[in-house]
Amino acid sequence: MRTSPIRDFLVGCFVLIGLGALAWLSLSVGGLSLGSSHGLVLYANFTQIAGLKPRAPVVIAGVKVGDVESITLGKQYAARVRMVVEPTLELPIDTSASIVTAGLLGDRYVELQPGGDAQLLRSGEEIGFTEPAMQLERLIGKFIHQTDVGGGSGEKGADEKGKE
Amino acid sequence: MATAPADPHVLLEAVRMAFGNREVFRRLDCSFPRGRISCVLGGSGSGKSTILRLIGGLIRPQAGRVVVDGEDVTGLSERALVELRRKIGMMFQGGALLDAETVFDNLAFPLREHTRQTQTEIAARVRETLAAVGLRGVDDLLPNELSGGMMRRVALARALIMRPVICLCDEPFSGLDPVSVRLIEGLFQRVNAESGITMIVVSHDVRSTRRIADHIVLLLPGGEAVEGAPDVLREHADARVRAFLTDEVDSAAVEAAARAAEERTVGRPA
Amino acid sequence: MIRRPIEAVGRATLTFVAELGGIARFAAAVVRALLTPPVRARPFLNELFKLGVLSLVIICVSGLAVGMVLGLQGYNTLARFGAEQSLGAVVGLSLVRELGPVLTALLTTGRAGSATAAEIGTMVTTQQLDGLRMMSVDPIDFVVAPRALAMVAVMPLLGALFIVCGIFGGYFVGVHLMGLDGGVYLSSLENSIDFHDDVAQSLVKTVVFGALVGLIATWRGYASVPTSAGVSTATTSTVVVSSVTILLFDYVITSLWGV
Repeated sequence: MRTSPIRDFLVGCFVLIGLGALAWLSLSVGGLSLGSSHGLVLYANFTQIAGLKPRAPVVIAGVKVGDVESITLGKQYAARVRMVVEPTLELPIDTSASIVTAGLLGDRYVELQPGGDAQLLRSGEEIGFTEPAMQLERLIGKFIHQTDVGGGSGEKGADEKGKE
Repeated sequence: MATAPADPHVLLEAVRMAFGNREVFRRLDCSFPRGRISCVLGGSGSGKSTILRLIGGLIRPQAGRVVVDGEDVTGLSERALVELRRKIGMMFQGGALLDAETVFDNLAFPLREHTRQTQTEIAARVRETLAAVGLRGVDDLLPNELSGGMMRRVALARALIMRPVICLCDEPFSGLDPVSVRLIEGLFQRVNAESGITMIVVSHDVRSTRRIADHIVLLLPGGEAVEGAPDVLREHADARVRAFLTDEVDSAAVEAAARAAEERTVGRPA
Repeated sequence: MIRRPIEAVGRATLTFVAELGGIARFAAAVVRALLTPPVRARPFLNELFKLGVLSLVIICVSGLAVGMVLGLQGYNTLARFGAEQSLGAVVGLSLVRELGPVLTALLTTGRAGSATAAEIGTMVTTQQLDGLRMMSVDPIDFVVAPRALAMVAVMPLLGALFIVCGIFGGYFVGVHLMGLDGGVYLSSLENSIDFHDDVAQSLVKTVVFGALVGLIATWRGYASVPTSAGVSTATTSTVVVSSVTILLFDYVITSLWGV
């Protein structure tokens, strides 16, 4: 093989372009964070998450501030959601979290409602006030049930608000 | 029937070699004298090239011994063969040069692989070897840019560059014009005279063989070999041997040989 | 009467198992050659050029075309359900998980795998490999290993390029031709694709496919019959065997990933 600097240069270009494409796919599209959990880690327990998935956005006033990292089953059969939000965020300790739906049938995400306390949440702490996901299908079921029976049981089985 | 040389450098004893169902040698004995030019003659498909591949350890016989420079090749491991092959240079029929590398890199390749010489030492050795085969200014050419005769000379140079004690040459004259043939013959004789290297040349070219051979191994149809000095073989009792070695061909003998060859070839793809 | 077909099946099975054994031993020899010195950097770089740089155009053009078709088909289908906003997710997911790795591997097989098999097959025919052996150089170390390794190295890069080109093809159709908002396309893409579930799977697939194609192509060339017909058989069977193996392993990896 006649050694050719142009050839080597082209190989170098190829490797760079390929690695660039891989990096873009991994970091930007795939959302891989180098140095994981590099942010404020918060936990929240919900009695019902109804289709909230890892990587769902966490928003305040409609602005995305972080992601749901993982969801596990916690104490008393509650869903324990681990979220990572921007480290610079200053959230009062009485902040509440609720699971809401984008539109009627859209994806679910976590909405944070900052409170007014002077004390701030630190990384790894738990959000005390939570509101579970509204389940449209259950609501509809209840509605049909009510109209059929006519009055009746009311909202006995409504999800309790927040954690005990 | 064989007049074996007194001091064989390479020796094949009772070699049986078969590829699948096709038996090339049943029980082949032949030897090649040290420091001389030996020629292996025979018709197409008589297993001439197979002998070289056996000596180089590229293939192993089913039975028998192949002794090269006092060492039995047949039982050697791949690692031991690597050591043995440093004593052997091989010039392949088509040259077998690495076709993606220049002539210079082809010659420098074994030096870079097996020696710790500097770039300048390597370059000097390459130039010297190329000059020995009468080539100059071909360093940067690729093998496919060479003429047939030049290609053979480069192949010979590559076979010689590690200064082997045995040089195997597979059909070095085939497909060359008479002038190139004489040139290669001259090179063989000069290399042999200057370095005392044992040369084993496989050829079907009887004229060239007569000009350069000190010792001839003639492979006959049926997988047996007759060997001896050229003069001795020309007076050999077997008509087939004389037919092969003389210009005054006994037509009956040729026909007999052809028939025998045909019988061996029958039922086998060409 | 009935013995013939049974014998044929038996013989085919034996041949297949023997072939499998041959390729396994070959693979072991290649790995051993890669792990032991000397390091063949120069041949490896040359192969990167031949397998990578020269495949660049076909990969990018194909990626773009596939992405555009996905964009067009996806948009029209999604529009029926009023879900055009998910176009980015549809294009991105299908490209990253399946189409990117599989099509890249198939294209590379046709473009580079066949060339590798033909090249090594020709080296067998012209006795270049025997020439190397007589110079005490292992052809697996000098010829085969750099080519197989280069195939493994090249495949993820080509796959990533294919996917990126495809995503832009889909973007072009969705945003410029169909009037979708660019931000909607990209955010749908970014929200639907996960590194671990999708990109890593894609990466693993391309690396595995690269190893398979590299191995099959070099093995077919290395074991080819030293005639011109032998070389052509080696080339054809490289493409056929590689393609089938790629599709088979694609299913296996996808199911093992559990997505």
